[in-house]
Amino acid sequence: MSLLGGPLDTGGMLAVGPPGGPLRARGRPRTALRSTLVALVSTVVVFGILVWITVNAPGWAEVQVSFFNATVFTNAFPDIVAAFWLNIQLFAIAEVLILVLALVLAVFRSLPGPVFFPLRFLATIYADIFRAVPGVLVIYILGFGIPGLGLPGIPTDPFPYAVIALTLIYSAYVSEVYRAGIQSVPPSQEAAARSLGLTRLQALRYVILPQAVRRVIPPLLNDFIGLQKDTVLVSYIGVVEIFRQSQITQQAKFNYTPYMATALVFIAVTIPLARLTDILVSRDRRRAAASAR
Amino acid sequence: MTAAGGSPGPAPTASTPALFVEGVHKSFGQLEVLSGIDLTVAQHEVVCLIGASGSGKSTLLRCVNLLEPIDAGRIVVAGEDISAPGVDVNRIRRRIGIVFQSFNLFPHMSVIDNVTLAPRKVLHLAPAEATSRALALLERFGLADKQREFPDRLSGGQQQRVAIVRALAMEPGLLLLDEVTSALDPELVAEVLAVIRELARGGMTMLIATHEMGFARDIANRVCFLDAGRILEDGPPEQMFRAPRAERTQRFLQRVMEAGRL
Repeated sequence: MSLLGGPLDTGGMLAVGPPGGPLRARGRPRTALRSTLVALVSTVVVFGILVWITVNAPGWAEVQVSFFNATVFTNAFPDIVAAFWLNIQLFAIAEVLILVLALVLAVFRSLPGPVFFPLRFLATIYADIFRAVPGVLVIYILGFGIPGLGLPGIPTDPFPYAVIALTLIYSAYVSEVYRAGIQSVPPSQEAAARSLGLTRLQALRYVILPQAVRRVIPPLLNDFIGLQKDTVLVSYIGVVEIFRQSQITQQAKFNYTPYMATALVFIAVTIPLARLTDILVSRDRRRAAASAR
Repeated sequence: MTAAGGSPGPAPTASTPALFVEGVHKSFGQLEVLSGIDLTVAQHEVVCLIGASGSGKSTLLRCVNLLEPIDAGRIVVAGEDISAPGVDVNRIRRRIGIVFQSFNLFPHMSVIDNVTLAPRKVLHLAPAEATSRALALLERFGLADKQREFPDRLSGGQQQRVAIVRALAMEPGLLLLDEVTSALDPELVAEVLAVIRELARGGMTMLIATHEMGFARDIANRVCFLDAGRILEDGPPEQMFRAPRAERTQRFLQRVMEAGRL
């Protein structure tokens, strides 16, 4: 048994054999079985205690009826899933717009020299404002304010304002992610590109941005998990999306089960994205380790 | 090798120096790195810059390639003053290749894409044309089988040879080499030096900053000793290495010899 350099794994097992070596990757059958058993037992115990506390709580009977009602669930679920289609549309359109707007903002902020000061200044102010103001306020102000101007020809349907508000809010965050990526590309890469006669824009386009974007894909995905959830905020300006739909059902049935159904839908779509992010992060780490040889 | 065409300015004749540097000063903040450099490199000449770390060798090369603006003086490449205000730096850099100590290949591109990027985007060659030229160069330096590889799959020596090919693909009239073997494991140095020898035989004009004294002695037409931002002494390699005149040159070479590098 050796503790040197081997991290304790989550099953509470001590690392056996050379740390990081092939033995650890394959695992010895007996120790692997033991750690699986330990993990299983501890999980059952912890969850058993939590469930026992919940079902023995004084209000459990009422909570069970109003949050876990099978009939309400079955009746509400189709409407809720149908309403989720609108969240998907919001998310898909906003995501594309965010990727473009945020990249433009990040490039503006990365341009050197006094000539580009106005662009840098604008992009900085933008990121400051839209990260400072709570998202719900941006949605309210746009969703009620712009149609309230009564300008001829502008839409009264809240959907476009919802897309615009989400795009404005998230572009501020995503531009910071891009910017971190651009700054992580060493200056020697730009020197190499410029020394070959490429212009500053060509160096950015062919050498710096491709490397920067690759590096920030995991944090970008992370922001999109956030965006996916924040699509429910646009219910405030009258878009009947999944959350508004579950509210409507809740008020009709005097039962909170529709919210549980909504939560389930979000869990179902978010977990694959979260796992994909994990896979990309670990792949990145392996690549970084390989190129640092 | 010819300079890339289409550039205005006096047509270079056989007697026009490839590079003429006069009174170049360069400071980084308070620190003066170049304190009046005068240097002429004739066409097809190979000039080696030697001197201790921090003597200004790399800075001089970066100034010649306009990667660093100079504070005073003049740099004339093939008859054109490239230090004049308002000069198009992108056009100048096309004609001057530089290879860095740390290779600086583009890690997200294969070898062939590294080599063809600038010919396609800067010289506007058709992709097929750029590729066939790049393949000919890779072939010449024994890298044809690596064309699809990415830089992280190559050894340091191979990466540096690709970096040289990438610079050559622009058909520069002048090639600057900035301590191109300093980041390499000792057993990989020879393959890179062989490439540079081959270039010298082909008549490439080169300005080489190097710590490889034996190599400098073999390849250079002329050796310049830099000390504290000045060229203290210059001459043919036999004289520089056998009978250096300046006391500081003697001391520098003495130290190099004691370290077993000559």
